[in-house]
Amino acid sequence: MIPEPLIRVTGLRKTFGNHRVLDGLELEVRAGEAVAVLGANGAGKTTLLKVLATLVRPTRGTAIVAGHDCAKDAEGVRREIGLVAHGSYVYEDLTAAENLTFWATLAGLRLSAAARAGALATVELDRAADERVRTFSAGMKRRLCLARFVLARPRVLLLDEPFAGLDQRAKKWLEEHLASFKTGGGAILMTTHSFGRELAVADRIAILAGGAIALDTARGALSADDVQRLYALHAEDVS
Amino acid sequence: MRRAFIVVWKDLLVERRSKETLNALFFFALLLLFIFQFSLGPDRERLAGTLPGLLWLAFILSGLLGLGRTFVVERENDCWEGLLLSPGDKSAIYVGKLAGNLLLMLVVEAILLVLFTFFFNLDLGGALPALAVVIGLGTVAFAAVGTLFAAMTAQVRARELLFPVLLLPVQAPVLLATVKATEAVLLGEPLGSVAHWLKLLAAADVVYVAVGVLTFDFVLEG
Amino acid sequence: MTRLVGGVTLAALAAGLVMGFGIAPREATQGNVQRIMYLHVPSVWVAYLAFAVVLVASIAYLIRRAEAADRLAHASAEVGVLFTGLTIATGSIWGKPTWGTWWTWDARLTSVAILFVMYLGYLLLRGMIEDRERGARFAAVLGIVAAFNIPLVHFSVYWWRTLHQPPSLMKPGPGTMPGIIVTALLVNFVAFSLLYVYFVARRARLLRREAEAAG
Repeated sequence: MIPEPLIRVTGLRKTFGNHRVLDGLELEVRAGEAVAVLGANGAGKTTLLKVLATLVRPTRGTAIVAGHDCAKDAEGVRREIGLVAHGSYVYEDLTAAENLTFWATLAGLRLSAAARAGALATVELDRAADERVRTFSAGMKRRLCLARFVLARPRVLLLDEPFAGLDQRAKKWLEEHLASFKTGGGAILMTTHSFGRELAVADRIAILAGGAIALDTARGALSADDVQRLYALHAEDVS
Repeated sequence: MRRAFIVVWKDLLVERRSKETLNALFFFALLLLFIFQFSLGPDRERLAGTLPGLLWLAFILSGLLGLGRTFVVERENDCWEGLLLSPGDKSAIYVGKLAGNLLLMLVVEAILLVLFTFFFNLDLGGALPALAVVIGLGTVAFAAVGTLFAAMTAQVRARELLFPVLLLPVQAPVLLATVKATEAVLLGEPLGSVAHWLKLLAAADVVYVAVGVLTFDFVLEG
Repeated sequence: MTRLVGGVTLAALAAGLVMGFGIAPREATQGNVQRIMYLHVPSVWVAYLAFAVVLVASIAYLIRRAEAADRLAHASAEVGVLFTGLTIATGSIWGKPTWGTWWTWDARLTSVAILFVMYLGYLLLRGMIEDRERGARFAAVLGIVAAFNIPLVHFSVYWWRTLHQPPSLMKPGPGTMPGIIVTALLVNFVAFSLLYVYFVARRARLLRREAEAAG
């Protein structure tokens, strides 16, 4: 028996004023799977992510995450997801430990000092635990974001260009972290517009063009050059 | 409500480390005092007559500045969506922010009261407890609506304009009540003589906080 | 259907005008200017009616997310502001020959002025938020706060004006007036209410057409 996909998007349309950003988008992501959504700037990748994160309501169509409807049961969705987007979600004047305490308590978790230390250790921020986030690099801030989800243990991770602005070491760390998230049974949807090692952790690649998924295929079937060529092809279709 | 408390704790920590808001409000209060002196002149009699109004004018103007900044820490740190996405009842966030705002406003009002006493040579003495009651009730009403409207205008384009435009008309009855009650209290009258004003303020407090708690979920949904 | 309402409204308005400016007795001290009360008082009653509708529609919208409830709230607020403005204008026109000033801090005028500014703020809020759904939600919350504020405004202003001063002569209580005046007021109230319904219906329909065109 094939289990229900953790993310299921059907006929999704999103219009902002007169501008139809997404139209007839279909996508599925299963447990233990990572899908990379490729698209040009303005193609609607972030909008798709925001719909799934319940930050934006669909104009038409449905988006179901872990069995909850994003439009009708936003609270249910929010309990199951972790979003890592351009907003850093960290308070610069607080330390890493204080940030974690705040977000975990706000999410209703009872946080022991040990659990907090453990989460920080998992994201390799244990030595910087008492330093103010203001001094952190982009990679460290992203790791702190992920520390929240080490504690909250969502079933779905939504990531908006997660590898952008990271150095090699940080990228490698992120790749491993996401891989172990998949092994733990979670689903990952990440957006990106580059073709490098970011795609290595993805099981499938979906190209977003013209408001819908133009191509959805297993990564193993394509080489990096293939991907690039196909992407350029679809990006041209749009313009 | 542990979650409400953690919001207050976070805001206090941020404020203690950045020291932005309180310092600026203190200087603003000082400036207000100067401006009042300059525009009203040294005539003692005239000043004494308008004192209750001036006091609340100072409270309201400082309050507008302070309350308007309720969610600025979230905006500056890009945490607004984080608040939105945190699972669970959002009214805990409202209560937390309200408590923080109340604290802030009461501190500023205390400073203003001291400055007023100093600059205008007031003798508050026996009136102080009664005055504290009036100020307390009025401030809760102001902060309750202010926190709600601050959340509403946080993501709007012309928020610095819209916030006072929305807040001030709604606060008109509270302002009337507090000024009248302050007037009486400063003249030495007992609290009983302004019981009707106090009841109005108490009713306002209950209504505003209740509406805030019940509707905050809808406002924060983004 | 709307045309029928429009027709009946016109008839009622005509009847109201006849009653107020023709049949009702001429007031002793103020003269014919006092007849403007037949416009002034009913229009403030309708304004309150409009804002009550805004409250109900706002709550309904938050609970059910029905777009129709939002359009009703929007239209009713607009018409309410219109009638509030009318109240203030007629109050001014009444005041100038009677008291010599365009504006007095009379209890009713002050309350109505505060309401006017509150609901203008409501319309301003709607105008400044581009996202329709968010605008509807925020307006609904504001509509609820404003409505609950109305009794507070009422009492505070009334106490402010009357506790140390005699009540204004511009505040007629229905119990102390002869029947013909009450009838004239009621006829005008009905006429204005019909006018309110007509305006709200037209406005709500226009809002629905705009929404359909955009979506």
